[in-house]
Amino acid sequence: MLFDFEHFISMLPDVWKAFGETLLMIGISLSISLLIGLPLGIILFVTSKGLFLRNRFLNGVLGFIVNLVRSIPYIILLVALFPLTKILVGDTIGPVAASVSLSVAAIPFFARLVETSMREIDKGVIEASIAVGATPWMIVKDVLLPEAKSGIIQGVTMTIISLVAYSAMAGIIGGGGIGDLAIRFGYYRYDNTIMIATVVILIIIVQIIQFAGDALSKAIDKR
Amino acid sequence: MLEIQNITKIYKTKKGEVTGVDNVSLTIDKGEVFGIVGYSGAGKSSLLRCINLLERPTSGSVIVNGQDLTKLKGEQLRKARLKIGMIFQHFYLISQKTVGENIEFALKAAATPPKHINARVRELLEMVGLSEKIDVYPAQLSGGQKQRVGIARALANTPSVLLCDEATSALDPKTTVSILRLLKKINRELNITIVLITHEMDVVKEICDRMVVMQDGKVIEEGAVYDIFANPVEPLTQEFISSVVSFELPPTILEGVTGKMVKVLFKGDVAGEGVISDMIQNFEVCGNFLHGTIEYIQEKPLGIFLMELQGQPDNVERAVSYMEGRGAFVEVIDDAI
Ligand SMILES: Nc1ncnc2c1ncn2[C@@H]1O[C@H](COP(=O)(O)OP(=O)(O)O)[C@@H](O)[C@H]1O
Ligand SMILES: [Mg+2]
Repeated sequence: MLFDFEHFISMLPDVWKAFGETLLMIGISLSISLLIGLPLGIILFVTSKGLFLRNRFLNGVLGFIVNLVRSIPYIILLVALFPLTKILVGDTIGPVAASVSLSVAAIPFFARLVETSMREIDKGVIEASIAVGATPWMIVKDVLLPEAKSGIIQGVTMTIISLVAYSAMAGIIGGGGIGDLAIRFGYYRYDNTIMIATVVILIIIVQIIQFAGDALSKAIDKR
Repeated sequence: MLEIQNITKIYKTKKGEVTGVDNVSLTIDKGEVFGIVGYSGAGKSSLLRCINLLERPTSGSVIVNGQDLTKLKGEQLRKARLKIGMIFQHFYLISQKTVGENIEFALKAAATPPKHINARVRELLEMVGLSEKIDVYPAQLSGGQKQRVGIARALANTPSVLLCDEATSALDPKTTVSILRLLKKINRELNITIVLITHEMDVVKEICDRMVVMQDGKVIEEGAVYDIFANPVEPLTQEFISSVVSFELPPTILEGVTGKMVKVLFKGDVAGEGVISDMIQNFEVCGNFLHGTIEYIQEKPLGIFLMELQGQPDNVERAVSYMEGRGAFVEVIDDAI
């Protein structure tokens, strides 16, 4: 049988626990990547060519690091960060440990999305603010962030969805969560029921996030 | 007073250097409405943007309120900009902020005490006639209304100069007139110097005191608007003037001319007098109007008539002298006598 409902019911506590672990991983890594990625994205934007805090050196260095991290496949990043994870968390197994590499992967991803959404702002609006005598901080707070808000929310949506996918990968090496469950039961034990259940759960999570993200991004846009 | 001294702006692009402004010097008086006219690419925006240093001039200086802005940077430049308002063709309002918040933004730039902000926002909106739109987002406004918000924002910190970059070019003719009226009112009531750039002569005719014509980054003609309309010297200026005061005649009419074709220009109050009818009564000539108009440039009439004079050559000569004696400027276009 492809899907054994009774087996699924009996496994529910495990599924539920895995679901909780996935949420924990995503929760921690999302918070960290928003906290660091947002300012990083803003810095990348305002120091770029033709903008009001143009800084070739800073922009070059940060851009290089961001590209570097983004070019490393997640699974390699995960393993390469074991030493750092060990120092920070004291362990390399479990959802909290997995959050370290997830954050490192998501920070540059989100930062670029922030930068890109700021690039969509009409340069004229920024210039008009400079002409009015606004301080750089005012321009960031009252022009860049509000004008890019809708795009940034879409960026958050994309980051969460990437995190869901990465967190499933983190499961492979004992990160816990839905991915871990899929590997342990679905793959190693040929448990189709668990395999299908985990895939369906992941699909549902992604759909809900995408829907909610789109709706929110649209709702706050005043254009 | 606003002084632009030997401003040159060279853009460095991948394809090499592009000269935006080529050694322009201008003195604009306090309270004056000054027009900069030219086709697209003439360097108007570049020059205007050099005034508030949105574009740093490659050389030259800009002196506003006795201060050389090109010597300033950072915080000092930012403070100087508080006293130079600017409005744009595409308004450039913050789309995610309400009308009130957009104006508040400008006030905050000048560190206006929070308790004064609300009253000042209302005062500014009243001035531009948009009081009821305070809580509306820009997307819900018409072009003219957006420009009014732009004007309110530009005036928030009581600037001494207002720069207008094609401020009416995105608006329909009726809205253009209402915005120009508002600018004129602001100019009169607040004694703000206005520098505006446009490619529409109607705009200049409506509100400017003096003007320059730009081409290839250079000023090619400068003067009082009335004088330039009455007597444009450069071919480009004549082309611009002809968009308002046009004397294109069908070739068939020109072929049929048998007398002396003259262009008669009356400046100021003379235009209203019956000089031409007196001339026709007093001399034995026939006057045949081919074209004619009286333009009001800032309420001062400028009469221009194209006519064919027929009669004895002597009589025609005397008739012309007579008109000149009464203050007309007569130019012979074609003489078939
Ligand atoms: N940022 C820029 N970089 C390179 N060239 C520019 C830039 N801005 C303007 N130019 C060039 O300078 C010239 C004058 O442009 P501009 O001042 O915009 O003219 P106008 O406002 O009269 O249409 C044009 O040749 C234009 O291509
Ligand atoms: Mg222009």
